[in-house]
Amino acid sequence: MKNAMKKLLTATVALFALVTAQSALAGVKIEHWVSPTGARVYFVESRVLPMLDVQVDFAAGSMFDPPGKSGTAALTRSTLDLGAGTRDETAIAEQLADIGATLGGGADTDRASVAVRTLSAPEKRNTAIDILRNVLQAPRYDAAIVERERARTVASLKEALTRPDAIGGRAFWSALYPVHPYGRQATPESVAALTRDDLAAHHARYYTAANASITLVGDISRAEAEKIAESLAAGLPAGSAASLPVSPVVPAGSTVKLAHPASQAHVLIGLPAIERGNPDFFPLLVGNYTLGGGGFVSRLMKEVRDARGYAYSVYSYFAPLKQTGPFQIGLQTKRSQANDAIKVTRDVLAGFLKDGPSAEELAAAKANLTGSFPLRLDSNKKILDNVSVIGFYGLPLDYLDRYQANVQAVTVDAVKQAFSRRVRPENLITVTVAAD
Amino acid sequence: MRIRHLIAVLVAPWLLTAALANPFEMTLKNGLRVIVKEDRRAPTVAQMVWYRIGSMDEVDGASGVAHVLEHMMFKGTPSVGPGEFNKLVAAAGGRDNAFTSRDYTAYFQQVPKEKLAEMMRLEADRMRHLNVDPKEFAQEIKVVMEERRMRTDDNPQSKLFEQMNAVAFQAHPYRRPIIGWMNDLETMTATDAKAWYDTWYVPNNAYVIIVGDVDHKEVFALAEKYYGALEGRPLPVRKPQVEPAQDGTRRVNVKAPAELPVLIMGYKAPVLRDIEKDSDPYALQMLAAILDGHDAARFNKKLVREDKVALSVNIDYDDTARGPGMIYLSGTPSEGKTVADLESALRAEIARIQKEGVSEPELKRARAQLVAAEVYKLDSMFGQAMEIGQIESAGLPYQKLDRMLDKLQKVTAAEVQAVAKKYFTDDTLTIGILEPQPLDGKPRRPSVASRH
Repeated sequence: MKNAMKKLLTATVALFALVTAQSALAGVKIEHWVSPTGARVYFVESRVLPMLDVQVDFAAGSMFDPPGKSGTAALTRSTLDLGAGTRDETAIAEQLADIGATLGGGADTDRASVAVRTLSAPEKRNTAIDILRNVLQAPRYDAAIVERERARTVASLKEALTRPDAIGGRAFWSALYPVHPYGRQATPESVAALTRDDLAAHHARYYTAANASITLVGDISRAEAEKIAESLAAGLPAGSAASLPVSPVVPAGSTVKLAHPASQAHVLIGLPAIERGNPDFFPLLVGNYTLGGGGFVSRLMKEVRDARGYAYSVYSYFAPLKQTGPFQIGLQTKRSQANDAIKVTRDVLAGFLKDGPSAEELAAAKANLTGSFPLRLDSNKKILDNVSVIGFYGLPLDYLDRYQANVQAVTVDAVKQAFSRRVRPENLITVTVAAD
Repeated sequence: MRIRHLIAVLVAPWLLTAALANPFEMTLKNGLRVIVKEDRRAPTVAQMVWYRIGSMDEVDGASGVAHVLEHMMFKGTPSVGPGEFNKLVAAAGGRDNAFTSRDYTAYFQQVPKEKLAEMMRLEADRMRHLNVDPKEFAQEIKVVMEERRMRTDDNPQSKLFEQMNAVAFQAHPYRRPIIGWMNDLETMTATDAKAWYDTWYVPNNAYVIIVGDVDHKEVFALAEKYYGALEGRPLPVRKPQVEPAQDGTRRVNVKAPAELPVLIMGYKAPVLRDIEKDSDPYALQMLAAILDGHDAARFNKKLVREDKVALSVNIDYDDTARGPGMIYLSGTPSEGKTVADLESALRAEIARIQKEGVSEPELKRARAQLVAAEVYKLDSMFGQAMEIGQIESAGLPYQKLDRMLDKLQKVTAAEVQAVAKKYFTDDTLTIGILEPQPLDGKPRRPSVASRH
């Protein structure tokens, strides 16, 4: 709310941010090792600024929620830093503030992340790392705090269930993944039934060394990085890597139409498409730039927004996950013209599936994706985001070095073939909220 | 909130030389200022062009025109066709966007450093040569209406905020939403947008900020080459439109489909006009940090964690603006609590500071956070350009950012207590309440009554 308000107060951003399905970097030297206790470690030394970022990722996202206990991963993560070891929640927050450090992270479908940003001066850094270690290794899950956070989560879920974008997003994932855990969503009821023992059990099973990847970026030496990583991993149970459920199957196409009083319809079209590390990724990335990924220059943007004024935002992207992640097209439009906007969108998609990008469009896509490469890694934060993805998903260490060449190698044929394998029109699922 | 000095000396002595010379500035004959901050850490650069023109310069019946023109700025000139601007930026491997605020309109590109000259050529071109084509306008105004639906009409919190400002300000143009009232958008024409452009888009009403892996001398030469030929023109006089004093609490209620109520309490507050002579805005910044600067700051600790009156509580205060300032307290009551309960709790926290003041450890903590934020800020070139742009938009010199930070660091507990007493008064308060409505239009099962 604060951020939302601040934004309203200071600026109306006129054009929406580019949706990128993938990111990468080059010219960044990633050092990798496995800590004595079994955690995978990724380190980028960067001496330019006197600061350090450390992020620890566990395969502990919502896909690992026990059946019937949706919301476990999210609540486990959100209460992790509210009391740990000898520190209560106030001590954690005050000690971080005293040294100007911040603790962040969260949980998505695949990952639960804990990240600390601190000044690199040893007296600051040591306190920050000590708090991070405490939080990872010894969260208290005090009953009273779990109860409070559970109530807050239930309330925010109830609120989300009134919002057309949230309603649409949830329906979309449910429809794409009728069996796989990616389709399960936390509900006010499922969260209300969670206990502190559920959270402690999730933590004990998944917050383990073998299930962790640790990424460090900043103003420390390799020797210091090794020491920090091991101090974080050593106190975790050795554990074992999380075992994955059966891969998602692509369901038959369908349409889900939900009523809502909003003035705009929210439209989502897509299907389960691709997992991380699949070689189809680059043809899909390059092709999708032309279809709906390339911000203001995509076909969807041209036809839906520029030519007809149907929508402020229209996009498409592939979101590769541990297991088959979605392809998604999205837009919002005045409710009375939802059907027209859907028709234009489907026509654009059909045309693209049939012919792929033109030679000129392909060249433009490559020029942007390779040319913008330096912008993907011009801050410690961006390097951290990219390297943590490489580490967590086990992408090749030279992924970034080869990124531009992989983009350049894509042909029109490769795009058409990859799309025909991954985006079959008969499997497309359409979700509308508030469409007339 | 900026401490280049302190950082340079205490934590990063290597920054010292850079800090003394950097940023660099020149003014072209046509009045355009060019500010360059060299940052060599990565081979990229950000260019921002800021126009001293925002929604506060609009008049009744034409709200939203500043923002609509911003959209039209991508619709072509005699030498660059409609949509070509984005295409050329994309081909350069760049990202671009723009934003409109109450006080300014700004455009930016982030590109690999070797593409800077082309970006400067493009921005210079559209600074004086925009086509406002009626056909393009007719499509784009629909896009803006969709944007309004998305951002405001279907977003209960935004709607509340819009209504609240319309009540808190009566004379000052901050009462109008940046995006414009829907009816004003419906009646706006291409001629209106063109008139706006012709009046305000001139080099003497703009400044360019470039941050990145560049040599300032080369950038100055490029600026001369591309922007130098543009003609300046005297600007119309802008009348002050001072908001009269508020003499009594105002209230506004907004109904919208939602689950949770929202309470906003906005108090009239000062903003910085004179960096040396003013003191209250600095004290208010520190007050905000002590109330809401971290997870165990007063608001969250007491109201969310201990008393569980609120699901979330925030404070928002901007100490720089062209127009009048406000300090906003906002939050959502917990289940079983009312907005009235939350209002009392917020008032009790303010009263506690008015009566007992704040502690030295609280101030020290806020200062430590400021010092660290100064380092973290340097991680983003775009963020650094934004900082310079925003302070300048309020009419304050970016060269004084360090001085502002010094002043902030020197705020005393007594000053914090004094501003709490001075500005949190019922007479200048506006209260906004979101009353959640069921989605299906049918009344909900009876819940806790809200009284106000």
